[in-house]
Amino acid sequence: MALAQADVLAGLAEIVNDETGIPADSVQLDKHFTNDLDIDSISMMTIVVNCEDKFGVKIPDEEVKNLETVGDAVNFIVSAS
Amino acid sequence: MSKPTLNQYEITRYSRIYSLGAARGELVVTNDEIAGPIDSSDEWIRQRTGIITRRRAGADTSMMDLAVVASKEAIEKAGIDPKEIGAVVFNTITHPYMTPSAATLLAELVGANPAPAYDISAACAGYCYGIAQADALVRSGVAKYVLVVGAEKLSDLIDPTDRTISFLLGDGAGAAIVGPSDFPGISPTVWGSDGSHWDAVGMTSSLLDFRDGKSGWPTIRQEGQTVFRWAVWEMAKVAKQTLEKAGIEAKDLSALVTHQANIRIIDEMVKQLALPESVAVARDIVNTGNTSAASIPLAMHELLRTGAVKSGGYALEIGFGAGLAFAAQVVVLP
Repeated sequence: MALAQADVLAGLAEIVNDETGIPADSVQLDKHFTNDLDIDSISMMTIVVNCEDKFGVKIPDEEVKNLETVGDAVNFIVSAS
Repeated sequence: MSKPTLNQYEITRYSRIYSLGAARGELVVTNDEIAGPIDSSDEWIRQRTGIITRRRAGADTSMMDLAVVASKEAIEKAGIDPKEIGAVVFNTITHPYMTPSAATLLAELVGANPAPAYDISAACAGYCYGIAQADALVRSGVAKYVLVVGAEKLSDLIDPTDRTISFLLGDGAGAAIVGPSDFPGISPTVWGSDGSHWDAVGMTSSLLDFRDGKSGWPTIRQEGQTVFRWAVWEMAKVAKQTLEKAGIEAKDLSALVTHQANIRIIDEMVKQLALPESVAVARDIVNTGNTSAASIPLAMHELLRTGAVKSGGYALEIGFGAGLAFAAQVVVLP
Protein backbone atom coordinates (compact mmCIF):
# COMPACT_ATOMS: atom_id res chain seq x y z
CA MET A 1 0.00 0.00 0.00
CA ALA A 2 1.31 3.43 -0.96
CA LEU A 3 2.57 5.64 1.82
CA ALA A 4 0.65 8.84 2.60
CA GLN A 5 2.15 11.98 1.09
CA ALA A 6 2.06 13.84 4.43
CA ASP A 7 3.95 11.05 6.18
CA VAL A 8 6.62 10.96 3.49
CA LEU A 9 7.02 14.74 3.61
CA ALA A 10 7.42 14.64 7.40
CA GLY A 11 9.96 11.81 7.20
CA LEU A 12 11.90 13.48 4.40
CA ALA A 13 11.96 16.78 6.33
CA GLU A 14 13.46 14.96 9.30
CA ILE A 15 16.16 13.38 7.11
CA VAL A 16 16.99 16.73 5.50
CA ASN A 17 17.24 18.29 8.93
CA ASP A 18 19.61 15.55 10.16
CA GLU A 19 21.87 15.89 7.14
CA THR A 20 21.92 19.66 6.69
CA GLY A 21 20.51 21.31 9.80
CA ILE A 22 17.77 22.99 7.72
CA PRO A 23 14.65 23.36 9.93
CA ALA A 24 12.14 20.63 9.12
CA ASP A 25 9.32 23.12 8.60
CA SER A 26 11.28 24.76 5.78
CA VAL A 27 11.13 21.54 3.80
CA GLN A 28 7.95 22.17 1.79
CA LEU A 29 6.71 20.50 -1.39
CA ASP A 30 7.45 23.49 -3.62
CA LYS A 31 11.05 23.96 -2.41
CA HIS A 32 13.88 23.30 -4.87
CA PHE A 33 16.65 21.25 -3.27
CA THR A 34 19.48 23.25 -4.87
CA ASN A 35 18.04 26.73 -5.41
CA ASP A 36 15.92 27.08 -2.26
CA LEU A 37 17.51 24.72 0.27
CA ASP A 38 21.14 24.98 -0.96
CA ILE A 39 21.61 21.21 -0.78
CA ASP A 40 24.63 20.02 -2.78
CA SER A 41 24.87 16.80 -4.81
CA ILE A 42 26.67 14.85 -2.10
CA SER A 43 24.19 15.78 0.62
CA MET A 44 21.42 14.94 -1.82
CA MET A 45 22.79 11.43 -2.24
CA THR A 46 23.00 10.98 1.54
CA ILE A 47 19.36 12.08 1.79
CA VAL A 48 18.40 9.64 -0.98
CA VAL A 49 20.07 6.68 0.73
CA ASN A 50 18.47 7.57 4.06
CA CYS A 51 15.06 7.81 2.33
CA GLU A 52 15.58 4.35 0.85
CA ASP A 53 16.21 2.99 4.34
CA LYS A 54 13.35 4.84 5.97
CA PHE A 55 10.65 4.23 3.35
CA GLY A 56 11.79 0.88 2.00
CA VAL A 57 11.99 2.06 -1.61
CA LYS A 58 14.72 1.97 -4.24
CA ILE A 59 15.77 5.30 -5.79
CA PRO A 60 18.13 4.57 -8.72
CA ASP A 61 21.12 6.89 -9.35
CA GLU A 62 19.69 7.93 -12.73
CA GLU A 63 16.44 9.01 -11.03
CA VAL A 64 18.14 11.30 -8.52
CA LYS A 65 18.76 14.07 -11.04
CA ASN A 66 14.99 14.23 -11.71
CA LEU A 67 14.23 14.92 -8.06
CA GLU A 68 14.58 18.68 -8.28
CA THR A 69 12.00 19.69 -5.69
CA VAL A 70 10.84 18.26 -2.39
CA GLY A 71 7.54 17.49 -4.14
CA ASP A 72 9.36 15.48 -6.84
CA ALA A 73 11.02 13.36 -4.14
CA VAL A 74 7.85 12.88 -2.13
CA ASN A 75 5.83 11.88 -5.21
CA PHE A 76 8.52 9.45 -6.36
CA ILE A 77 8.67 7.79 -2.94
CA VAL A 78 4.87 7.58 -2.67
CA SER A 79 4.56 6.01 -6.12
CA ALA A 80 7.45 3.60 -5.49
CA SER A 81 6.11 2.48 -2.12
CA MET B 1 61.71 -46.27 -12.66
CA SER B 2 59.93 -43.89 -10.27
CA LYS B 3 59.43 -40.20 -11.05
CA PRO B 4 61.34 -37.71 -8.89
CA THR B 5 59.08 -35.63 -6.60
CA LEU B 6 58.70 -31.96 -7.50
CA ASN B 7 59.99 -29.27 -5.24
CA GLN B 8 57.41 -26.64 -4.18
CA TYR B 9 57.80 -23.39 -2.30
CA GLU B 10 58.14 -23.65 1.45
CA ILE B 11 55.39 -21.53 2.95
CA THR B 12 55.94 -18.75 5.45
CA ARG B 13 53.35 -18.41 8.19
CA TYR B 14 52.98 -14.63 8.52
CA SER B 15 53.75 -11.40 6.70
CA ARG B 16 53.80 -7.73 7.63
CA ILE B 17 54.57 -4.29 6.30
CA TYR B 18 58.14 -3.41 7.31
CA SER B 19 58.20 0.23 6.28
CA LEU B 20 56.65 2.98 4.19
CA GLY B 21 58.06 5.67 1.93
CA ALA B 22 56.39 8.82 0.60
CA ALA B 23 56.87 11.46 -2.07
CA ARG B 24 54.55 14.31 -3.01
CA GLY B 25 54.61 16.62 -5.99
CA GLU B 26 56.73 19.68 -5.19
CA LEU B 27 54.04 22.24 -6.05
CA VAL B 28 51.46 23.28 -3.45
CA VAL B 29 48.39 24.19 -5.51
CA THR B 30 45.70 26.22 -3.73
CA ASN B 31 41.98 26.22 -4.48
CA ASP B 32 42.19 29.83 -5.66
CA GLU B 33 44.68 28.80 -8.34
CA ILE B 34 42.29 26.32 -9.94
CA ALA B 35 38.86 27.77 -9.11
CA GLY B 36 38.59 30.11 -12.13
CA PRO B 37 38.13 27.59 -14.99
CA ILE B 38 35.43 25.72 -13.03
CA ASP B 39 33.65 28.92 -12.00
CA SER B 40 34.14 28.02 -8.36
CA SER B 41 35.78 29.32 -5.18
CA ASP B 42 38.02 28.28 -2.33
CA GLU B 43 34.97 28.00 -0.07
CA TRP B 44 32.98 25.85 -2.54
CA ILE B 45 35.88 23.42 -3.00
CA ARG B 46 36.61 23.16 0.74
CA GLN B 47 32.96 22.57 1.57
CA ARG B 48 32.46 19.86 -1.04
CA THR B 49 35.81 18.07 -0.83
CA GLY B 50 37.71 19.14 2.28
CA ILE B 51 40.70 20.01 0.13
CA ILE B 52 42.69 23.13 1.02
CA THR B 53 45.69 22.39 -1.20
CA ARG B 54 46.69 19.56 -3.51
CA ARG B 55 50.28 18.60 -4.27
CA ARG B 56 51.28 18.45 -7.91
CA ALA B 57 54.52 17.70 -9.71
CA GLY B 58 56.10 20.21 -12.05
CA ALA B 59 56.86 19.59 -15.69
CA ASP B 60 60.34 18.26 -14.88
CA THR B 61 59.15 15.72 -12.30
CA SER B 62 57.79 12.42 -13.58
CA MET B 63 55.60 9.83 -11.94
CA MET B 64 58.69 7.58 -11.91
CA ASP B 65 60.75 10.24 -10.08
CA LEU B 66 58.17 10.23 -7.28
CA ALA B 67 58.06 6.42 -7.21
CA VAL B 68 61.85 6.19 -6.87
CA VAL B 69 61.97 8.63 -3.93
CA ALA B 70 59.18 6.80 -2.06
CA SER B 71 60.66 3.36 -2.79
CA LYS B 72 64.16 4.28 -1.66
CA GLU B 73 62.80 5.59 1.64
CA ALA B 74 60.84 2.38 2.21
CA ILE B 75 63.84 0.18 1.34
CA GLU B 76 66.15 2.16 3.62
CA LYS B 77 63.69 2.13 6.53
CA ALA B 78 63.15 -1.61 6.13
CA GLY B 79 66.90 -2.09 6.51
CA ILE B 80 67.09 -4.53 3.62
CA ASP B 81 69.39 -4.80 0.63
CA PRO B 82 67.36 -3.99 -2.52
CA LYS B 83 68.84 -7.15 -4.05
CA GLU B 84 66.73 -9.11 -1.54
CA ILE B 85 63.50 -7.80 -3.11
CA GLY B 86 61.76 -10.77 -4.68
CA ALA B 87 59.02 -8.87 -6.53
CA VAL B 88 58.10 -5.30 -7.47
CA VAL B 89 54.36 -4.62 -7.71
CA PHE B 90 53.62 -1.20 -9.21
CA ASN B 91 50.15 0.30 -9.01
CA THR B 92 49.44 3.22 -11.33
CA ILE B 93 47.10 4.57 -13.96
CA THR B 94 49.45 7.31 -15.15
CA HIS B 95 52.44 5.42 -16.52
CA PRO B 96 52.68 7.09 -19.93
CA TYR B 97 53.80 3.95 -21.81
CA MET B 98 51.45 1.06 -22.51
CA THR B 99 54.57 -1.10 -22.57
CA PRO B 100 57.08 -1.76 -21.09
CA SER B 101 55.83 -1.61 -17.52
CA ALA B 102 56.72 0.99 -14.93
CA ALA B 103 57.73 -1.76 -12.51
CA THR B 104 60.74 -3.05 -14.43
CA LEU B 105 62.21 0.43 -14.69
CA LEU B 106 61.60 1.06 -11.01
CA ALA B 107 63.30 -2.22 -10.12
CA GLU B 108 66.32 -1.10 -12.12
CA LEU B 109 66.36 2.39 -10.59
CA VAL B 110 66.20 1.19 -6.96
CA GLY B 111 68.72 -1.63 -7.33
CA ALA B 112 66.21 -4.49 -7.32
CA ASN B 113 67.05 -5.74 -10.83
CA PRO B 114 66.49 -8.69 -11.70
CA ALA B 115 63.41 -9.04 -9.44
CA PRO B 116 60.18 -9.97 -11.20
CA ALA B 117 58.29 -6.73 -11.70
CA TYR B 118 54.83 -5.92 -13.02
CA ASP B 119 52.15 -3.25 -12.99
CA ILE B 120 48.62 -3.40 -11.62
CA SER B 121 45.78 -1.29 -13.02
CA ALA B 122 43.27 -1.06 -10.19
CA ALA B 123 43.24 2.73 -9.89
CA CYS B 124 42.47 3.96 -6.38
CA ALA B 125 42.21 0.37 -5.11
CA GLY B 126 45.66 -0.44 -6.53
CA TYR B 127 47.75 -0.12 -3.40
CA CYS B 128 45.52 -2.50 -1.42
CA TYR B 129 45.49 -4.90 -4.37
CA GLY B 130 49.28 -4.71 -4.22
CA ILE B 131 49.41 -5.41 -0.49
CA ALA B 132 47.11 -8.40 -1.02
CA GLN B 133 49.46 -9.76 -3.68
CA ALA B 134 52.58 -9.03 -1.63
CA ASP B 135 51.08 -10.81 1.36
CA ALA B 136 50.33 -13.86 -0.82
CA LEU B 137 53.77 -13.83 -2.47
CA VAL B 138 55.58 -13.65 0.87
CA ARG B 139 53.49 -16.23 2.71
CA SER B 140 53.58 -18.67 -0.19
CA GLY B 141 57.37 -18.44 -0.20
CA VAL B 142 57.57 -17.01 -3.73
CA ALA B 143 59.33 -13.84 -2.56
CA LYS B 144 61.08 -12.90 0.65
CA TYR B 145 60.48 -9.16 0.31
CA VAL B 146 58.05 -7.37 -1.99
CA LEU B 147 58.16 -3.70 -2.93
CA VAL B 148 54.62 -2.37 -3.36
CA VAL B 149 54.32 1.08 -4.90
CA GLY B 150 51.38 3.33 -5.70
CA ALA B 151 52.46 6.28 -7.81
CA GLU B 152 50.55 8.79 -9.90
CA LYS B 153 51.04 11.97 -11.84
CA LEU B 154 47.34 12.63 -12.28
CA SER B 155 47.98 16.22 -13.33
CA ASP B 156 48.83 14.77 -16.77
CA LEU B 157 45.22 13.58 -17.10
CA ILE B 158 43.19 16.54 -15.86
CA ASP B 159 40.95 19.01 -17.63
CA PRO B 160 41.05 22.37 -15.80
CA THR B 161 37.40 23.02 -16.79
CA ASP B 162 36.11 19.68 -15.46
CA ARG B 163 33.91 20.04 -12.37
CA THR B 164 33.60 16.31 -11.63
CA ILE B 165 37.07 15.25 -10.46
CA SER B 166 40.04 17.14 -11.94
CA PHE B 167 40.14 19.76 -9.19
CA LEU B 168 40.52 17.02 -6.56
CA LEU B 169 43.56 15.39 -8.08
CA GLY B 170 47.18 15.53 -7.00
CA ASP B 171 50.51 13.82 -7.72
CA GLY B 172 52.46 11.57 -5.38
CA ALA B 173 53.88 8.17 -4.59
CA GLY B 174 53.75 5.83 -1.62
CA ALA B 175 55.75 2.65 -1.17
CA ALA B 176 55.82 -0.29 1.22
CA ILE B 177 58.13 -3.22 1.84
CA VAL B 178 56.27 -6.40 2.76
CA GLY B 179 58.20 -9.34 4.18
CA PRO B 180 58.06 -12.37 6.49
CA SER B 181 56.94 -11.88 10.08
CA ASP B 182 56.90 -13.62 13.46
CA PHE B 183 53.31 -12.43 14.03
CA PRO B 184 50.21 -11.87 11.85
CA GLY B 185 50.71 -8.46 10.23
CA ILE B 186 48.26 -8.44 7.31
CA SER B 187 44.69 -9.72 7.62
CA PRO B 188 42.78 -11.51 4.87
CA THR B 189 41.89 -9.03 2.13
CA VAL B 190 38.29 -8.36 1.15
CA TRP B 191 38.44 -7.37 -2.50
CA GLY B 192 36.42 -7.38 -5.65
CA SER B 193 35.06 -5.42 -8.56
CA ASP B 194 31.81 -4.21 -10.11
CA GLY B 195 32.15 -3.82 -13.86
CA SER B 196 28.47 -2.88 -14.16
CA HIS B 197 29.72 0.60 -13.23
CA TRP B 198 32.73 0.39 -15.57
CA ASP B 199 32.11 3.93 -16.82
CA ALA B 200 31.38 5.60 -13.47
CA VAL B 201 35.01 6.75 -13.17
CA GLY B 202 37.40 6.74 -16.09
CA MET B 203 38.67 8.43 -19.19
CA THR B 204 36.70 10.72 -21.48
CA SER B 205 37.74 8.63 -24.49
CA SER B 206 40.14 5.94 -25.65
CA LEU B 207 43.61 6.53 -27.05
CA LEU B 208 42.34 5.16 -30.37
CA ASP B 209 39.67 7.88 -30.53
CA PHE B 210 42.37 10.43 -29.76
CA ARG B 211 44.61 9.02 -32.51
CA ASP B 212 41.75 9.14 -35.00
CA GLY B 213 40.90 12.74 -34.17
CA LYS B 214 37.52 11.79 -32.67
CA SER B 215 38.36 13.26 -29.26
CA GLY B 216 40.77 15.54 -27.48
CA TRP B 217 43.43 14.31 -25.06
CA PRO B 218 41.65 11.82 -22.76
CA THR B 219 41.15 13.10 -19.23
CA ILE B 220 39.57 11.65 -16.08
CA ARG B 221 35.86 12.07 -15.34
CA GLN B 222 33.47 10.62 -12.79
CA GLU B 223 29.77 10.36 -12.06
CA GLY B 224 30.07 11.89 -8.63
CA GLN B 225 26.76 10.80 -7.09
CA THR B 226 27.05 7.19 -8.27
CA VAL B 227 30.60 6.96 -6.97
CA PHE B 228 29.71 8.63 -3.67
CA ARG B 229 26.86 6.20 -2.98
CA TRP B 230 29.07 3.19 -3.77
CA ALA B 231 32.12 4.53 -1.95
CA VAL B 232 30.25 5.17 1.28
CA TRP B 233 27.53 2.58 1.68
CA GLU B 234 28.99 -0.34 -0.26
CA MET B 235 32.49 0.28 1.07
CA ALA B 236 31.22 0.56 4.65
CA LYS B 237 29.94 -3.00 4.21
CA VAL B 238 33.37 -4.05 2.87
CA ALA B 239 35.06 -2.37 5.84
CA LYS B 240 32.83 -4.26 8.27
CA GLN B 241 33.52 -7.57 6.48
CA THR B 242 37.24 -6.84 6.66
CA LEU B 243 37.13 -6.29 10.42
CA GLU B 244 35.19 -9.51 10.79
CA LYS B 245 37.68 -11.47 8.68
CA ALA B 246 40.54 -9.94 10.65
CA GLY B 247 38.87 -11.05 13.88
CA ILE B 248 38.86 -7.61 15.44
CA GLU B 249 36.34 -4.85 16.17
CA ALA B 250 36.34 -1.17 15.27
CA LYS B 251 37.39 -0.29 18.81
CA ASP B 252 40.59 -2.31 18.35
CA LEU B 253 41.77 -0.08 15.50
CA SER B 254 44.40 2.61 15.88
CA ALA B 255 43.60 4.09 12.50
CA LEU B 256 41.25 4.16 9.54
CA VAL B 257 43.09 4.89 6.31
CA THR B 258 40.68 5.08 3.41
CA HIS B 259 41.53 6.05 -0.13
CA GLN B 260 41.67 9.84 0.07
CA ALA B 261 38.93 10.57 -2.47
CA ASN B 262 36.88 13.26 -0.74
CA ILE B 263 36.56 14.29 2.91
CA ARG B 264 32.78 13.86 2.67
CA ILE B 265 33.23 10.18 1.78
CA ILE B 266 35.66 9.74 4.67
CA ASP B 267 33.39 11.49 7.18
CA GLU B 268 30.30 9.59 6.08
CA MET B 269 32.16 6.28 6.28
CA VAL B 270 33.31 7.10 9.82
CA LYS B 271 29.64 7.67 10.65
CA GLN B 272 28.52 4.42 9.02
CA LEU B 273 31.20 2.44 10.88
CA ALA B 274 30.40 4.19 14.20
CA LEU B 275 34.12 4.49 14.87
CA PRO B 276 35.08 5.44 18.41
CA GLU B 277 36.99 8.70 18.79
CA SER B 278 40.10 6.77 19.78
CA VAL B 279 40.55 5.74 16.13
CA ALA B 280 42.74 8.17 14.17
CA VAL B 281 41.16 8.92 10.81
CA ALA B 282 43.51 9.76 7.94
CA ARG B 283 42.57 13.03 6.27
CA ASP B 284 45.68 13.64 4.19
CA ILE B 285 43.40 14.74 1.34
CA VAL B 286 43.16 18.16 3.01
CA ASN B 287 46.75 19.02 2.09
CA THR B 288 47.64 16.49 -0.62
CA GLY B 289 44.46 16.04 -2.67
CA ASN B 290 43.37 12.76 -4.24
CA THR B 291 46.43 10.87 -5.49
CA SER B 292 44.67 7.62 -6.49
CA ALA B 293 46.93 4.59 -5.91
CA ALA B 294 49.34 6.67 -3.81
CA SER B 295 46.81 8.07 -1.37
CA ILE B 296 46.66 5.27 1.20
CA PRO B 297 50.41 4.82 1.79
CA LEU B 298 50.84 8.61 1.76
CA ALA B 299 48.08 9.06 4.34
CA MET B 300 49.41 6.24 6.54
CA HIS B 301 52.95 7.62 6.29
CA GLU B 302 51.64 11.01 7.41
CA LEU B 303 49.79 9.58 10.42
CA LEU B 304 53.02 7.89 11.52
CA ARG B 305 55.23 10.91 10.76
CA THR B 306 53.07 13.27 12.80
CA GLY B 307 52.79 10.83 15.71
CA ALA B 308 49.00 10.55 15.39
CA VAL B 309 49.47 6.76 15.51
CA LYS B 310 52.23 4.50 16.72
CA SER B 311 53.95 1.56 15.13
CA GLY B 312 52.34 -1.73 16.13
CA GLY B 313 48.71 -0.57 16.10
CA TYR B 314 46.05 -1.92 13.76
CA ALA B 315 45.01 0.13 10.72
CA LEU B 316 42.10 -0.64 8.43
CA GLU B 317 43.07 0.38 4.90
CA ILE B 318 40.48 0.45 2.16
CA GLY B 319 40.96 1.40 -1.46
CA PHE B 320 38.12 1.93 -3.96
CA GLY B 321 37.78 3.51 -7.35
CA ALA B 322 37.68 3.12 -11.10
CA GLY B 323 36.67 -0.30 -12.33
CA LEU B 324 34.85 -0.21 -10.09
CA ALA B 325 37.41 -2.03 -7.98
CA PHE B 326 37.96 -2.27 -4.24
CA ALA B 327 40.24 -3.93 -1.69
CA ALA B 328 40.61 -3.69 2.08
CA GLN B 329 42.71 -5.28 4.76
CA VAL B 330 43.77 -4.66 8.35
CA VAL B 331 47.52 -4.21 8.74
CA VAL B 332 49.86 -3.75 11.65
CA LEU B 333 51.34 -0.26 11.35
CA PRO B 334 55.06 -0.43 10.54
